[in-house]
Amino acid sequence: MVFFYAIAIRRMIAFDRGNDVDERDKDMVLTYPYLLRIEFLIAIAVIIVLIVWSITIDAPLEEEANPSLTPNPAKVPWYFVGLQEMLVYFDPWIAGVMLPVLIIIGLMVIPYLDFNTRAIGAYSFRHRKLAVMIFSFGFFLWVLLIAIGTFCRGPGWLWFWPWQQWNPHKVMIETNINWSQLFGITGKASSSVFGGLTVLLYYSAWWIAPYLWVKKKQGKFIENLGHMRYALFIFLLASMAGLPVKMFLRLCFNVKYVWTTPWFNI
Amino acid sequence: MSKWKEKIAGSQLWRSIFRHGAPDTRRNRIMLVLDNVFLHLHPARLRRYGLRLSHTWCMGGITWLLFVILTITGVLLMFYYHPSKGAAYQDIKFLKYDIPFGPFLRNMHRWGAHLMVITVMLHMLRVFLTGSYRPPREFNWVIGVLLLVLTFLLSFTGYLLTDDQLGFWAVTVGTNMARSAPVIGHEGPLGKELGMNKFNDIRYAILGEGEVAGNALLRAYIWHCIALPLILIVFAFVHFWRVRRDGGISDPL
Repeated sequence: MVFFYAIAIRRMIAFDRGNDVDERDKDMVLTYPYLLRIEFLIAIAVIIVLIVWSITIDAPLEEEANPSLTPNPAKVPWYFVGLQEMLVYFDPWIAGVMLPVLIIIGLMVIPYLDFNTRAIGAYSFRHRKLAVMIFSFGFFLWVLLIAIGTFCRGPGWLWFWPWQQWNPHKVMIETNINWSQLFGITGKASSSVFGGLTVLLYYSAWWIAPYLWVKKKQGKFIENLGHMRYALFIFLLASMAGLPVKMFLRLCFNVKYVWTTPWFNI
Repeated sequence: MSKWKEKIAGSQLWRSIFRHGAPDTRRNRIMLVLDNVFLHLHPARLRRYGLRLSHTWCMGGITWLLFVILTITGVLLMFYYHPSKGAAYQDIKFLKYDIPFGPFLRNMHRWGAHLMVITVMLHMLRVFLTGSYRPPREFNWVIGVLLLVLTFLLSFTGYLLTDDQLGFWAVTVGTNMARSAPVIGHEGPLGKELGMNKFNDIRYAILGEGEVAGNALLRAYIWHCIALPLILIVFAFVHFWRVRRDGGISDPL
């Protein structure tokens, strides 16, 4: 990922300086031999890498499935370990159902929320600052979650630094509290109301802040986007930003739930 | 020598298979691409910047190549596999220790699968960074996201097929998340109120039973080997068609 980002950043800098594309690039060249030659070479390279990888490293195979013996920790494949890590911060219905659905929907609506007409088909940072920053943040967050879940989680899903030995008998004395308890509110109903207000305030702050910013800069961003698309955009952005916020609250303050209700907890 | 070449290349058999001459003239080079069922996915000509590896990273092509490799190795693996409890694990061990080139075949499939997940994510990153989802290509991006989800599902269903501790518990954790789905899961918000229980919720529907056992293995096998690849191929063809239809590799200017 670092390698490809490096390539992309090099191209972005070149494009933004104006010396990325030269006139020859717009010429039409024949597919054979030029494109097919490159594709053929890359195909051979990929197959060779795969063959060498397959000869040298064996795919893992553990003992036969035993429903009465749970491995500790029981991890899902690496590309889902990010979701499993999210289970620390959210209940299963959010971490396993809502957030993945929001991620997929959020990815799908990107072309309909991004109306910037500059720098299509080229790498650019200057003309696409917001888009590149948001997507990179999301991508990096996804990779970070996978890295934490793969390298920093051991037995009991407790935190082990990568150099620490996994101790299945490690005990962590942690009392988790709820967000409202941080502020001294303990009654069930009042905690519910307080939590609900916090969530409402969070999304409202995200909604209002850009309005004020755009007004200050006298821009037309929200006007051009339209109110429906803007609301959707802010909802998705705030939800994505909510993940590191919740991670921070949980890891540093042991806050388990921000909003508790009799039917669900966030 | 060249007389023999002329004789063979002029024969009816040869000319019925290879319908144009060697690609050393401009005409023949174009015909090579347009007249070939595998190659006619490409345009006959393309812009020079589309060749630059730093532009496309070739990730889309690599992903499709990996899918083809996985299909071939997958079919070969199917000859040695019975999708039932007890037999499945023994079959994998058989592949590992008894069958000639068994470990190599299994490794190609496994590492190819992981590599495909990586390349499909890199392809998504590249398409985003070049802004190649702007009109008229918006819906192709949506199809791409669907292909991403299908790739993840293919990988996940394949994970269970070894029926070892790794696969079994990974799928147990994964499907246990399904029982917490709102409304349709029996442990999710509003699930109990709507009459969901262990034997009629979405998790039951996915597994074919209440636990991860024989039915789940068979379903994972069918999803992994038949249903999901077919669905993926259909969407992949739409994806490729749309790339050509919308003008090929996106124009930077």
